Amino acid sequence: MGSPIIELAGVDKTFESRAGATEALRAISLAVDAGEFVAVIGPSGCGKSSLLRIVGDLVEPSAGAVRVKGKSARQARLDRDYGIVFQTPVLYEWRTVRENVQLPLELAGRPRVEREQRPRTLLRLVGLEEFAGHYPWQLSGGMQQRVSIARALALNPSILLMDEPFGALDEMTRERLNQELLQVCTETAATVLFVTHSIAEAVFLSTRIVVMSPRPGHIDRVVAVDLPHPRVDKTRALPRFFELVTTVRQSLREDPGLASGHVRPGESG
Amino acid sequence: MGRVREYAPAAVLVMGLLLWEGIVFAFSIEFYLLPAPHVIVQSLSETYPVLVEAGLYTFTEAVLGFVLGCGGGILAAMAASRSPAFAAVVLPYAVASASVPIIALAPLAIVWFGVEQGSKIAIVVLMTFFPTFVSTLRGLSSVTPQSLELMRSYAATEQQIFLKVRLPHSVPMMFTALRACATLAMIGAVVSEFFGGPVKSLGVYIKSTASLFQTRQAWSAILVACALGLLFYFAVVLIERLAMPWHFERSED
Amino acid sequence: MLVAIAAVWEAAKTLFALPSYQLPHLHEIAADFLREGAGGELWLWIMTQNAGYTALESLIGFALGGVTGLVLAIAFAHSRWLERGLLPYVVASQTVPILAIAPMVVVWLGTSWFSKAVIAAYLTFFPVTVNMSRGLRAVDPDALALMRALAASPRQIFFKLRFPSALPYLFTALRISATASVIGAIVGELPVGSRFGMGVVIINAAQYYNWRPANLWAAILVSAVIGIGFYHAVAAVERRVVSWSRTAPAV
Repeated sequence: MGSPIIELAGVDKTFESRAGATEALRAISLAVDAGEFVAVIGPSGCGKSSLLRIVGDLVEPSAGAVRVKGKSARQARLDRDYGIVFQTPVLYEWRTVRENVQLPLELAGRPRVEREQRPRTLLRLVGLEEFAGHYPWQLSGGMQQRVSIARALALNPSILLMDEPFGALDEMTRERLNQELLQVCTETAATVLFVTHSIAEAVFLSTRIVVMSPRPGHIDRVVAVDLPHPRVDKTRALPRFFELVTTVRQSLREDPGLASGHVRPGESG
Repeated sequence: MGRVREYAPAAVLVMGLLLWEGIVFAFSIEFYLLPAPHVIVQSLSETYPVLVEAGLYTFTEAVLGFVLGCGGGILAAMAASRSPAFAAVVLPYAVASASVPIIALAPLAIVWFGVEQGSKIAIVVLMTFFPTFVSTLRGLSSVTPQSLELMRSYAATEQQIFLKVRLPHSVPMMFTALRACATLAMIGAVVSEFFGGPVKSLGVYIKSTASLFQTRQAWSAILVACALGLLFYFAVVLIERLAMPWHFERSED
Repeated sequence: MLVAIAAVWEAAKTLFALPSYQLPHLHEIAADFLREGAGGELWLWIMTQNAGYTALESLIGFALGGVTGLVLAIAFAHSRWLERGLLPYVVASQTVPILAIAPMVVVWLGTSWFSKAVIAAYLTFFPVTVNMSRGLRAVDPDALALMRALAASPRQIFFKLRFPSALPYLFTALRISATASVIGAIVGELPVGSRFGMGVVIINAAQYYNWRPANLWAAILVSAVIGIGFYHAVAAVERRVVSWSRTAPAV
């Protein structure tokens, strides 16, 4: 219903260096509808991080078109339409938790009232309101990442870009944060583009999984995840869950070479 | 056992002083070579007013030079971080100054600025400007790429990035330099007075009493110089603690 | 860069109309080297002799101080008690005008080269001790665990792990010490009674500045050259020995 919120068409990316040119991405085409949770998975070097950064206008594509919310990626960034979460929390050690979450609001010049109220709401959302006055070093890795997520939501963006946000955390914390993330997404109705290298995580969280392969980075296939919502712990025990995980794993094992590059929606294992 | 560890520094100090007294006594070392600690303290209390005046005179040079030199260094670093052209011009000189004995310029400073405090302040400025400049600039430029990406994702302007990220990020490195400069300042002031200065300055006092073998007076003056140096250093440390409440205790330095 | 300095120099002279008293022409300074001194020798030769004297004092002091600092740092690494007791003083003494003691040292040890070398050594060993201590302690815990897993003896651990990983820290300190020992030697030559060395030349030149301003500038120039030379010599050694480190100087 309506045009996709994120659209990539024929996107290439080549990095130039003294050692020569590296083709990171070739012929990437992808369409994401509003409200979707799209996971991007693939081995190292498949260009998934570059893909995310291209959508966020942090990296320029060498060729192809990118449209975010109907605008150019650059405009979307300038309009602050998305929030981004990296693998490391990137919190500023000289700011308290609250002040860190406040940062985007300051940069966007929001009115004072909003600058003070919003962090409180967001921290409550991620369950860290009692730590508002703490400094980042006093928090665990998982907690810091939650602050990072709260901050990404500060300007109420319609899109969340996440680059292996839970990669540095242990399994149990990761599973818990997966759950929290889904809750947050439901409440904010955000569209999420989520890069990960964990198959289970991808299957648990997403509505669609984009499987990529390297040399050069391209989309192998797209797997639709038809598990029921809301996703809970029991979801991980469903037979369908295992089937999907197996499908994705097999996809990752094969290397059929350069696919035709267009999206094949509705495909499943 | 932890208790014992804590008292170790104090224990060593006491032992050191006792050893000093012991050696002087045991070997009957002439007072003009190495006075015993108690003799120095005695001399200190006798010449107190002179030393206070000289100490303040020299200390003023150190503080003023420090403020001008480090202040200038910080401002220059900010300018250099915004303008690569400026950095390209100043940086080579900053690096080169680390290998030059700036103290050798003290006589020249006296020629240009007279024998009073001005020349010593000039030397201190020269000694403190470059380390502060280099450290602050490094702090301003060493922001992680991810942090910069984050800022770009918020469509932050260069000015916003400078004020909200680079500047706070540079504070720890800036203070490392400031602490070192606090000690350099005092040393610079005293030593440039060795090259020539009014009688009521610590450097001249130390040099003249030493050459006249009035060693206990010389030592008491050295003690005053040390005390002032430590005072200055801890003042900077205090300011550092106040400026960076978020900086948690590291196990070293 | 030298061209730039020369250009700025002469420009400043014309712009601000500085008399030769305050800022001699560059060629006047150069000419000073070719002047004849009291004994009939060329000033160039006199300067070189004194420069050599100072350089030697610095070098001996540097070597002495470096070794002392190393030994202390290793001792600290082995005995926590020693470290806890002495390290605060080693660190605190950096905050103290050590050079203020220079006149005293000359009183004790006489006006020969020895007192200057001791001062230079004194200035050298503090940064070496502090930095080397930090370096020896800053070993990657995982690397240490690996050594233990390979049943390496403490001696082996020291020579194959701790020492090499502490080398960058050592050289950072040595670069600072290179300049510091030159300063120490020069300052040691200032108190009454010394006869040789750049410090003496500088003091004399300062006294006779009104007659021959260029002389002082020439003396300072030579002192600077000694400092720069020494610094770059250490940096060159560092680049060879510690080429794998990130902290080695780029130039």
